Amino acid sequence: MKRIVYMDNAATTRVDDRVVKAMLPYFTEEYGNPSSLHKLGIEAQRAVEKARETIARSIGASPEEIIFTSGATESDNIAIKGYCRKHKSDKKNKIITTKIEHAAVFRSCVHLSREGFNIVYLNVDKEGFIDMEQLKKELDDSVLLVSIIHGNNEIGTIQDIEAIGKLCKEHNVVFHTDATQSYCKVPINVDEENIDMLTMNAHKMHGPKGIGALYIRDGIKIDPLYGGGPHEFRLRPGTHNVPGIVGFAKAVEIESKEMEKTAEYVKKLRDYLVERLLKEIDGCYLNGSSDLSIEKRLPNNANLRFDYIEGESLVFRLSDYGIMTSTGSACSSANLTPSHVLNAIGLPHEKAHGSLRLTLSKYTTKKDVDYAVEKIKKVVEELRELSPLTKKENKEKERRDNGFGLHGKGNRTVSEPQECGGA
Amino acid sequence: MDYTEKVIELFRNPKNVGELEKPSVSVQEGSPACGDIIQLQLKIDENGRIEDVKFKSFGCASNIATASIATEMIKGKHIDEAEKISWAEVTKELGGLPKVKVHCSVLAVDAIKQAIERYKIEKGITKVNAESITKDFILRKLRHVIDPSVGTDIVRLKEVLYVGIEKEGDSVDVLIQMRKQENDELEAHMKEEIREKLEFIPKIRKIEIEFVDHPQLI
Repeated sequence: MKRIVYMDNAATTRVDDRVVKAMLPYFTEEYGNPSSLHKLGIEAQRAVEKARETIARSIGASPEEIIFTSGATESDNIAIKGYCRKHKSDKKNKIITTKIEHAAVFRSCVHLSREGFNIVYLNVDKEGFIDMEQLKKELDDSVLLVSIIHGNNEIGTIQDIEAIGKLCKEHNVVFHTDATQSYCKVPINVDEENIDMLTMNAHKMHGPKGIGALYIRDGIKIDPLYGGGPHEFRLRPGTHNVPGIVGFAKAVEIESKEMEKTAEYVKKLRDYLVERLLKEIDGCYLNGSSDLSIEKRLPNNANLRFDYIEGESLVFRLSDYGIMTSTGSACSSANLTPSHVLNAIGLPHEKAHGSLRLTLSKYTTKKDVDYAVEKIKKVVEELRELSPLTKKENKEKERRDNGFGLHGKGNRTVSEPQECGGA
Repeated sequence: MDYTEKVIELFRNPKNVGELEKPSVSVQEGSPACGDIIQLQLKIDENGRIEDVKFKSFGCASNIATASIATEMIKGKHIDEAEKISWAEVTKELGGLPKVKVHCSVLAVDAIKQAIERYKIEKGITKVNAESITKDFILRKLRHVIDPSVGTDIVRLKEVLYVGIEKEGDSVDVLIQMRKQENDELEAHMKEEIREKLEFIPKIRKIEIEFVDHPQLI
């Protein structure tokens, strides 16, 4: 079979074999509904409650503070809409968020703005960090909720959650953070970091798709989004996804135990990947935090951009070599606008179009990285040969260089313009 | 993205990529801002037949595939026939394109039409006299100039504030007033693009481009 090098772990991950094994009995043997009274139901309920404990423990919370959802998108919606609708008043109707949120948070805020909420989108600097001064300034008496992404899904930048949590606590404002990408990759403790609501999910960390969780600090009231049964403390109705919940907990168990080791391993590979690409390809730049430490950037995230080429072409050509990646190019999206995150860090459209996201995992090897680097070099070169921009820019550069030479060296003769098609 | 086999194949092995040594006509359509640019060159013989065609692309898979197939389709054809090429024909030849990709695929067809129109004007096949250079004629040309900060053409953005045409014998002077841009670099870029779209037209003696806060009433 053709070689597959999977470098799109921010999109989803390979499920750990141990997770699959833990899930299987819950399809064919322990298939009861946790709400049923009989023995099979009770067994299923026990499995769900055990899983709830595992997840609560992983973030320093109590089991009653965890509700299971269908994934991070639902968790974000419940946290933001559920909380804001419950507590809206004439005096309190402001939500503070950022310009680099995932669509689940961003669109939830847009929905609320139509219901009369006042939404403030914080700016970020060119590496994707929010402006703490702006946050301080915006934290007035009308603020109901602050929702700021933990580790960014595109550029990997990790916000100073502890400082934000502290600030929110001082102002008595509820703080939600979407930790979809960072959960079980970097340590999170809801009490130490003053997090009031936390979005988590399983499939970005070698668990199954279709299952997530939301931490809601004890005492915080929210309105459920759907009508239904009394499941999940009456906050999220619907029959439990028992195999998913069991798989999620198994993944959390594995990943939190191996977190430090995995982070160190993956970071080393990521640093090596970034270093090689920056060194070996001209006109290649890193997007997001330049501080590659685990406190500032997700250890598995690399986001680069290349002059003169377009991201979708890059992704497709790499896919031909079995390398799975993603891009913030407009052509990859339905509305043809480039990534709002890359825009927010100040990249003009044409630069955002040339971006490539490579996200690694514990299954990535050094051989994979070496293979990917070789192929990226090749494909970038091929696409630059195809690009009309390469030549134009080269000519301009040449003109500038020649100009400098004329002034600098007196009567230097300017040679005929060189043919520089990029080859 | 769900592309047909044909699109993927042409993207992997594009046809007619490169540049001609002595093109009869050369055009560039699109802008890096919208993520798609095509440079197209035609070599046309004395009978008006397209001898050779080459393109370069900054764009996605569908852009490259469309340019490949469209250039294949016009090769060897007479320009009168080639200029009739339609986007629908090209897409059909590709076995269809995803809906969101329409934007990227029209560019190749646009470039072909622009190149032939330009060639015909330059060679005097399409007669342009002072009377035919109207405000509408100029605006039609300016629709192909894209504001790189937005990715939309300058006419649609209402950045063209005033087009003045002054007749001088059998030639004309054109004055274009543009809305002031954020910086000099952007203005210089637009100036160059506008000139590129108009300069080749015979009977235009002088092109003046100004960036102003408010249009002057002349």
